[in-house]
Amino acid sequence: MADAIATLPTQQLDPFKGVKKVPLEEYFTSGHRTCQGCESALVMKLMVKASGPRTIVLGSTGCMYVANTTYYSTSWVVPWMHTQLGSSGSAGLGTAAALRALMRKGKMKEEPINVIAFCGDGGGADMGLSAISAALTHTEYNFLILLYDNESYANTDIQLSGLTPYGAHTTFSPPGKAKRLLHTRWKKNVAGMLAAGHPSCRYVATVCASYAVEMMNRVRKALTIGGPTFIHSLDPCPKGWDYDPMQSHELGELAVNCGIWPLYEVEDHRLMLYGRTKGIAEGRSKRKPVRDYLLRQGRFAHFTDDDIDYFQAKVDEMWEKWIIPGVIPFASEIVNQKAPV
Amino acid sequence: MAKVIEKVGQVEAEKEELISGSEAIAVACKLADVDVITAYPIRPYDTVMQYVAKLVSNGEMDCEYIVAESEHSQFEIVKHASAAGARVFCGSSGVGWMYAFEAITVTPALRIPMVAMVGNRALDDPGAFGVEHNDALAVRDLGWMLVWVDNAQEALDVALIAYRVAEDRRVFLPCAIACDGAFLTHSQSIVKVPPQSWVNKFLPPYDRGDLLLHPDNPITVAPQVNEDWLMELRKHNDEAMKRAQTVIREAYADHERIFGRAYGNPFFEEYMTEDAEVVLLGMGTLSMPVKVAIRQMRQQGIKVGFVRLRWFRPFPTGELQQTLSRFKGVGVIDRDYSFGSPYFSGVLANEIRAALYNAPARPPLLSFICGLGGREVTVPYVREMTDLVRRAAAGEKLETTYWIGIRQ
Repeated sequence: MADAIATLPTQQLDPFKGVKKVPLEEYFTSGHRTCQGCESALVMKLMVKASGPRTIVLGSTGCMYVANTTYYSTSWVVPWMHTQLGSSGSAGLGTAAALRALMRKGKMKEEPINVIAFCGDGGGADMGLSAISAALTHTEYNFLILLYDNESYANTDIQLSGLTPYGAHTTFSPPGKAKRLLHTRWKKNVAGMLAAGHPSCRYVATVCASYAVEMMNRVRKALTIGGPTFIHSLDPCPKGWDYDPMQSHELGELAVNCGIWPLYEVEDHRLMLYGRTKGIAEGRSKRKPVRDYLLRQGRFAHFTDDDIDYFQAKVDEMWEKWIIPGVIPFASEIVNQKAPV
Repeated sequence: MAKVIEKVGQVEAEKEELISGSEAIAVACKLADVDVITAYPIRPYDTVMQYVAKLVSNGEMDCEYIVAESEHSQFEIVKHASAAGARVFCGSSGVGWMYAFEAITVTPALRIPMVAMVGNRALDDPGAFGVEHNDALAVRDLGWMLVWVDNAQEALDVALIAYRVAEDRRVFLPCAIACDGAFLTHSQSIVKVPPQSWVNKFLPPYDRGDLLLHPDNPITVAPQVNEDWLMELRKHNDEAMKRAQTVIREAYADHERIFGRAYGNPFFEEYMTEDAEVVLLGMGTLSMPVKVAIRQMRQQGIKVGFVRLRWFRPFPTGELQQTLSRFKGVGVIDRDYSFGSPYFSGVLANEIRAALYNAPARPPLLSFICGLGGREVTVPYVREMTDLVRRAAAGEKLETTYWIGIRQ
């Protein structure tokens, strides 16, 4: 049984002990054309800084494809290949499968090579969900799927995705005279869904690049632990969220501090909250109200007090009603119910 | 596995096996030492994956065998595996092939020499398992090489040839092997399976060279080119497709030298055409009833022949012009349709019409739509089509397109 699902060895990537220990070498450099203040570009940079040079990166369609790989001026120092919008799971799986076959059959020098496939929120949580889900069950292959979530189809003019927050103004959900809120769906809980739904996946984490070293260390852990792994990153987007680019980092921190974006990792079934999220859960720091976070962004400029209250109530629910706050959205009351006789 | 009849006394001999077209292609994958294979179920192609699964589980074949969660993923997985240096195989049928269409579309542009099997199937709705060629034909403009095979032996041979041609650096394009659903995928016949050493002589290892996606070769694949470069890149594919014609000829010649089986002209087979006045032309397994009917008609003194097109892409324009100009009438049998096309004809008929436009002589051409959804192409239908072509050849003014065997 163990033989049938044996993985290849992975690179041993120990965590960086502080920002001063992070190497200077860059594997995502100049040549890209992302917006000023683009957090997703930072995620790309930190992601490959964390993984190092012996890495293959697959990128599904989205900003981080279109803006980063203009012909003759690619920003990637490591090998990089485009994959289709819904194919990050398949790209990671296919590349890892090729490496495994070729190394086993002696057609390629044996060596642990990191495989990272990234996708945006549209490519990951909408179109590519099925392929990611399937990929996470293939425990015999080593690859990381990283979802950079800027909460809209930001490359195609800011259209709403399954990860766009409730009520946000996008070009597919403009506030109008008859309807103030055209988008009334709540954001999917992707990391929680994937962790809960794929019990053989050894590592799922949420990250935010506002906490750069912690983010890089999650990438390193995901690649070291082996098998298929998943990381979901929340990336403030000046263009899509409509704010001054200098506020990107701050908005990322606010999302965590408001409890909208809980930071956690699920390693071999063990859930660990980390960073500010841990402090909030343990009562050491207080969750900030969502009002400040929302009103700093033009995409919520049409919100009334009622809308803000509703948003706050939904976030409160995540923390007060969920069986595991911010992670698993079952009502905690169920725990105390007796099974029907 | 099927019954094996071994020839006695030869060390390196072919083995005769009673296998279906699907199984023949699975055996070819084993002989080609394919590295990554992806499966997803849809009839009728999926029989090939059932055979592959058996070969893998019995330890007869060493590959990564991945059951995908959709056809789209199936084709994406092998696309990326091929980019990383693996020899790959996958396939589909009908609407499954269409579900994978996005992945299929980008594969030639990425210069991925994937070999895929299409078990030709009608594009339901309404539900139909039977053969139609519209699934495979949908990729005819995209840079895939497309070849139709007629029997299990040809399926095995052409699968090996397909790898050899696709992976030739002058080509580096994907190749789809079209097999008529049921008539070929599920029909068994005696197939000569070559020994591994012959295959090794014929098929060199897959070498992606400077296109390999590997940390030792840190390239960026498929960046944004837009109007600055796309036209030049499309032209590269055009040149590759042109070169494929030469490479196909070389591969068939080498195949004949090593395996001792002669296919003659690689691009199309001619049957009783030497003295023929009119010919029918078609692709795939309809050759069997057509050949039977031709033999019967020949006994009655009707000089009719048959041309079975194998390679639809690259299309053998010049050779078909030369051949077809010799006849007084041509009837093209399409197991497909092309709604709203010129003359409301089949896809193949209009390709032949286009090819004949510059021919030294242009015989009258009739388009026949026949055998859709797996309906049998019967001997009486073939006689009916032959009669119409002979009347056209005699100068009678007829319709341009006929649906044969259709209820009124």
